[in-house]
Amino acid sequence: MYTFAQLYAALDETTKTSTKVEALTRYFECAEPADAAWAIFFLIGRRVRQAAPLPTLRAWAVDAAGIPDWLFGECYDAVGDFAETVTLLLPEPGEWSVEVDRSVLPFKGQQPLHRWVEEVLIPLRTQDEVKQCAIVRAVWATLGGTERFVWNKLITGTFRVGVSQQLVVRALARVSNADPPAIAHRLMGEWQPTAAFYQGLLAPETTDADVSRPYPFCLAHPLDDPPETLGSIDEWQAEWKWDGIRSQVIRRAGQTFLWSRGEELITDRFPEIAAIGALLPDGVVIDGEVLPWKNGAVLPFAQLQRRIGRKNLTKAVLDEAPSALLAYDLLELNGIDVRDQPLEWRRAELERLIATCAPGSQALLISPVVAAVDWDDLAAQWATSRTRNVEGLMLKRRSSPYHVGRVRGDWWKWKVAPYTIDAVLVYAQRGSGKRASLYTDYTFAVWDGDRLMPFAKAYSGLTDEEILQVDAFVRRNTVEKFGPVRTVTPELVFELAFEGIQRSSRHKSGIAVRFPRILRWRHDKRPADADTLERVRALLPKD
Amino acid sequence: MPDDVLRLTDVGLYCPAGDFYIDPWQPVARAVITHAHSDHARPGSAAYLATREGERVLRTRLGVEAHIETLTYGEAVSINGVDVSFHPAGHILGSAQVRVAYRGEVWVVSGDYKTEPDATCTPFEPVHCHTFITESTFGLPIYRWSPQESVLAQINEWWRRNQQAGRASILYAYALGKAQRLLAGLDAAIGPIFIHGALVRLTEDYRASGVSLPPVRYVGEAPRGFDWSQALILAPPSAHGTPWMRRFGVVSTGFASGWMRIRGTRRRRAIDRGFVLSDHADWPGLLAAIDATGAERVWVTHGYAAVLVRWLQEHGRDAAAVQTRFEGEAGDG
Repeated sequence: MYTFAQLYAALDETTKTSTKVEALTRYFECAEPADAAWAIFFLIGRRVRQAAPLPTLRAWAVDAAGIPDWLFGECYDAVGDFAETVTLLLPEPGEWSVEVDRSVLPFKGQQPLHRWVEEVLIPLRTQDEVKQCAIVRAVWATLGGTERFVWNKLITGTFRVGVSQQLVVRALARVSNADPPAIAHRLMGEWQPTAAFYQGLLAPETTDADVSRPYPFCLAHPLDDPPETLGSIDEWQAEWKWDGIRSQVIRRAGQTFLWSRGEELITDRFPEIAAIGALLPDGVVIDGEVLPWKNGAVLPFAQLQRRIGRKNLTKAVLDEAPSALLAYDLLELNGIDVRDQPLEWRRAELERLIATCAPGSQALLISPVVAAVDWDDLAAQWATSRTRNVEGLMLKRRSSPYHVGRVRGDWWKWKVAPYTIDAVLVYAQRGSGKRASLYTDYTFAVWDGDRLMPFAKAYSGLTDEEILQVDAFVRRNTVEKFGPVRTVTPELVFELAFEGIQRSSRHKSGIAVRFPRILRWRHDKRPADADTLERVRALLPKD
Repeated sequence: MPDDVLRLTDVGLYCPAGDFYIDPWQPVARAVITHAHSDHARPGSAAYLATREGERVLRTRLGVEAHIETLTYGEAVSINGVDVSFHPAGHILGSAQVRVAYRGEVWVVSGDYKTEPDATCTPFEPVHCHTFITESTFGLPIYRWSPQESVLAQINEWWRRNQQAGRASILYAYALGKAQRLLAGLDAAIGPIFIHGALVRLTEDYRASGVSLPPVRYVGEAPRGFDWSQALILAPPSAHGTPWMRRFGVVSTGFASGWMRIRGTRRRRAIDRGFVLSDHADWPGLLAAIDATGAERVWVTHGYAAVLVRWLQEHGRDAAAVQTRFEGEAGDG
């Protein structure tokens, strides 16, 4: 735990990418594999299920610190972070005046990260509340300083430090002979953070046989300059930018898997797409967009949302909101990774594959190429995006490979609605009128460095069913109450739309937005994927 | 409360019987000064009464022509029949609590204070009184300080590591008090110590007042092309991010302040390392100091006054918040 906490401190004290990679490299060079696996798990934003709700943890902390609850509230107000508040309030180990039974822990003193996680953190969920309290107290009385802070971050599921998966991959590539893309690929999908996993992660050859593993998604940068700055239109392939769930369908060893970009396995939610897997030959991976699709046209995104949060798909839902995968790209063919082939080649193979295996299918279609004679012609078609229920155009360089992650230069998203932002729900308040008993008034935040900066309030935009889900989330995940306002664990991501944006000295974020509303709940995104304040500011009118 | 020995007016804490103010925020005829920080010692008053230990720094702040009378710690003077004396507050050189006694009623104004001793000023001494007027800059239980030896050790270690990495160490600290306390705690054997221009005069004042400090050089005296990678440079926080910093090349920045206890405060300032070192009492220090006075009544000024008052009331004390214009350890230095 100590070395992981040291790593955290080192990452936390710099904003320089190179220094962060150095710190990660130093850590991985010395860490035992079982520790390294967990470190990666947490660093790239994965979590273990929260063992105890925040109000319960708060009660334990208040009790251990020997202060009244209101004083905890004052402290939380000053600190702004639950895990840190608890860390600072409790006495350092050795300074506890109350009796603490440390024998409830499976070990004594300094232990590596994996033992804390596997022997204390994970089993905690299965204990009754009295035992949980005793264990958490014993941990607090054993770990001090940064170690305690990291523990509190892990137990509350809020561990976050300013490193991207890319940086972790870069450091791992330095300590091994493996290629960064191979490592990134092995980090996709479902895996258990074990020593064996870590060793496999760094192995030079791919010996692993996880048939369900998706490839890292190639992501586009927003196009800020006019498209003609990209050069000749002949070098580019234009497609509609669909408003659905970016997904990969995988067919290997007679099985079909559908993964969302949020790395969630969603095969069960879309049986009609899962069914087309059987039509595909083994060793095929297709990248595309899951869309609500009926009578040859896309439906509004809200129709797809009816499919997401639901365990049981009734026939009525399947009939009203059928789905389809619009295929963009081919990543694997005949069991061979073809991501290095040029887009032109991949596109031709994709067209041939679909025409051969799924002709006339309404569940697997190819995303059509938007033909244009020049940029003006393309711009004219781009302007029709809203009426087509698409967000704009994607521009992809015909000669480009399928990159890992967001690489500048080959893929651009040219959106028509400039004012949409992915933001995290941070505060909730009860509505009025028919929604008076429900938490329907929300405040959303974007990242300012590694802190969430509230920047917009929004009320409408969710379906009644979603409102109930968010309401339940708010009640279960309240960190703090200020009068009627509840601070919630930052976990839910929503896409907000607004009509205008201005500078404002009255708002802490420095900006005010006009007519903000929720476009949709981004189940496929994690808080770390939300936009930054910098990106919001970039939308401000130029002086 | 007309019978009060002290009361709060628009100008500051006033003693009606003695006709003097303590740390007034506007010019008055007679000002009794707890210490030389600018939110407590403001220029323009006709006459000042302060400690002998702090006279030099106070004159630097108030100007050569200021009329300053001094007392040693514990020495009492009678002003219109009111006994006034200074008692060490342990905050900065010459800082004092002011004891005011009139007709058997004893009041003590803490000014700013720190209960942990340090090498650059006389350590805090509790003073028995009926009414204690205390600061509350760090009046939350999250503020608990580590012993200063361990913080100074961290700073020296940071400096050494920066040297090994070929980086200059820029340490930000409040120019009066904190900077000199750090100087006294730095290990001068590690490398050369430089100071920003804003610290030169005050550091000389400390030396002239008999405080032992390691040799330092003014940054402006270094020759062109000087290799700063082995040096530690002490500067006020306002120098952060200014063109002044360019000369140092690759740097690591640190900031020594009680506010560095909170991660977000450091992150917002974009400083590499925060060192939790304050010249104010932490939460246990405040509570212990209040207890030691044996006061029946506590007035709480600048800081987390409402919180400390509520805590004291819940623990059976007569406590009230008093709105002054003191700022405590300013966030900006």
